[in-house]
Amino acid sequence: MLNPRQNIALHRRLQNGLALGLITLAMLVVTVPLFLILGTVISRGIHGLNWSFLTQIPKPIGEVGGGMANAIVGSMTLLAVASLIGVPLGVGAGVFLAEYGRNKWGNIVRFTADVLNGVPSIVIGLTAYALVVVVQKHFSMLAGSVALGIMMIPTICRTTEEVLLLVPQSIREAALGLGIPKWRTILSVVLRTASSGIVTSIMLAFARIAGETAPLMFTAFGNQYWSKSVNQPTAALPLQIFTYAVMPYDEAHQQAWTGALVLIALIMFTVIFFRFIASRGAIKGAS
Amino acid sequence: MQTMPEPVPSDTPGDTQAHKTADMPRRELAVVPKRRLEMQEHVWADKIFRSLMVLCAVALLAIVGLIVAELIKESQLSISKFGFRFLVKQIWDPVNEDVGALPFIYGTVVSAIVALIIAVPLSVGTALFLTELCPQRIRGTLSLLVELLAAIPSVIYGLWGIFVLAPFLRAYVEPFLAKYFGWTGFFSGPKYGYGMLAAGVILAIMVLPLIASRTREVISAVPRVQREAALALGATKWEMLRMAVLRNARPGILGAVILGLGRALGETMAVTMLIGNRAEISRSLFAPGNTLASVIAGEFTEAVGNIYLSSLVEMALVLFVLTLIVNALAGLLVWSITRGMPSRALA
Repeated sequence: MLNPRQNIALHRRLQNGLALGLITLAMLVVTVPLFLILGTVISRGIHGLNWSFLTQIPKPIGEVGGGMANAIVGSMTLLAVASLIGVPLGVGAGVFLAEYGRNKWGNIVRFTADVLNGVPSIVIGLTAYALVVVVQKHFSMLAGSVALGIMMIPTICRTTEEVLLLVPQSIREAALGLGIPKWRTILSVVLRTASSGIVTSIMLAFARIAGETAPLMFTAFGNQYWSKSVNQPTAALPLQIFTYAVMPYDEAHQQAWTGALVLIALIMFTVIFFRFIASRGAIKGAS
Repeated sequence: MQTMPEPVPSDTPGDTQAHKTADMPRRELAVVPKRRLEMQEHVWADKIFRSLMVLCAVALLAIVGLIVAELIKESQLSISKFGFRFLVKQIWDPVNEDVGALPFIYGTVVSAIVALIIAVPLSVGTALFLTELCPQRIRGTLSLLVELLAAIPSVIYGLWGIFVLAPFLRAYVEPFLAKYFGWTGFFSGPKYGYGMLAAGVILAIMVLPLIASRTREVISAVPRVQREAALALGATKWEMLRMAVLRNARPGILGAVILGLGRALGETMAVTMLIGNRAEISRSLFAPGNTLASVIAGEFTEAVGNIYLSSLVEMALVLFVLTLIVNALAGLLVWSITRGMPSRALA
């Protein structure tokens, strides 16, 4: 005769093992696409990666060679101008929320930031089209930067707020107690203490917009040549990858894979670079 | 500077004070009138600084206001011409200016639901593994891997989808599904590789890290005593997870899932590249479809005629409202479990 208690224990043990096994399996399955995607991008992209890819502009399909130099420079300029718009506004709004926004108004701004964070990128692109392209009457790098800059704001704003709230209140009080005015306390003490966290938030926002394609389609538009000013349409890496990916030619696909490799490398490089700067320059004493 | 990092730069009063405490009182007394003057300047500087920060916050409000205003303004033409029927019409004939958004709403919602069906069990499993089972040593690496998944640009997901995922689905997954689950009607018809299923799978991979990281936050917010109590009563590890962790975290996990839904609804590039872009409603997931976001991406630059353009903007408006509702719901649910605490404070 089986002991019923032992039987239940066995059943529970089996169930336990099965469930834990499934949880572990889920973790493994989730990592698979990452390796597959990175692996494919590297193995297919590396074939087309050479000096001319990085220094030449695209050649018409059918001709050998050509590169994405204009798209690489275009992407960098777009991101730089977008950061000029997004970083000050985002950090400023974050400071407002953390230092002045513990009230009803702060809650409204917080809610709005979350709304903006949830707005699909294509809708932001459409808005930038209506606000900049329609007014200027032509596609431009500026319009693309406005779209990307808007997308940076909510991420930077909310993360900055979180980081500033981690700065101990006693540090603020110490600074204020020494007779330092509040604005100076925020700038030189609070923001500096939180600087590495703020850099991380900017980096997160940057990584989010660096690969964005949808908001650029009706703003920066793309360009087969060098663009000479912010008022001209410009090529961008993600746009160029998209254009090549949907073309029915093998050479175009090769260019798309290499472009993807360069884009991923660019994002990773920037993220690591900023991490390095942040870890060297930041003051971490307080936290 | 090298030995002791100072939180205060040396040119501010705080630094000098530390070194010259002895002669401070005398100096203070001597400069009282000047101090008072400085105080007034401080008040002004504080006000200016404060207004600058307020300005940034107002800019944020203004941007969202502008988005809403532009969407409503530009879609006026379409709204007045088609009215409410726009949302329930199946016809997509922009040349004859007769359009309806139903196929796109259907495609948006169905592709997102397919994505969630795949992503939710995987991401909850991942979150449980990372918070409860994972050995401390590899936790950092594994969570970095999951986060890297979120850093891959949408267009690269699309590229990979076109050349790797779609052929794979066509050759292996779709025949399998058609053979064993064809009777449901969801898996029948010609196997292109492209279509709802492909879009759903790629969306699932893309929303996974988001749902997983939010679920982790929620799970970490479950008090430790709950776990200990369950274990003390003799629960196995899984019983503890089910009864103490998952049950407590349920509203928050639901919030994380809805947040993922919001992201999936608005995702554009990867979906455009994989869904097949056909304005049809079909029961089979193998069939091509289209979503609100991808029809805007695909047709906006080619759209001729004011009605056509305006109807595309109205689709953006529908998408905006849809994501707004979904995100508000998610925010409410996540808040209900973390009580508005900033996420990092939980860690």
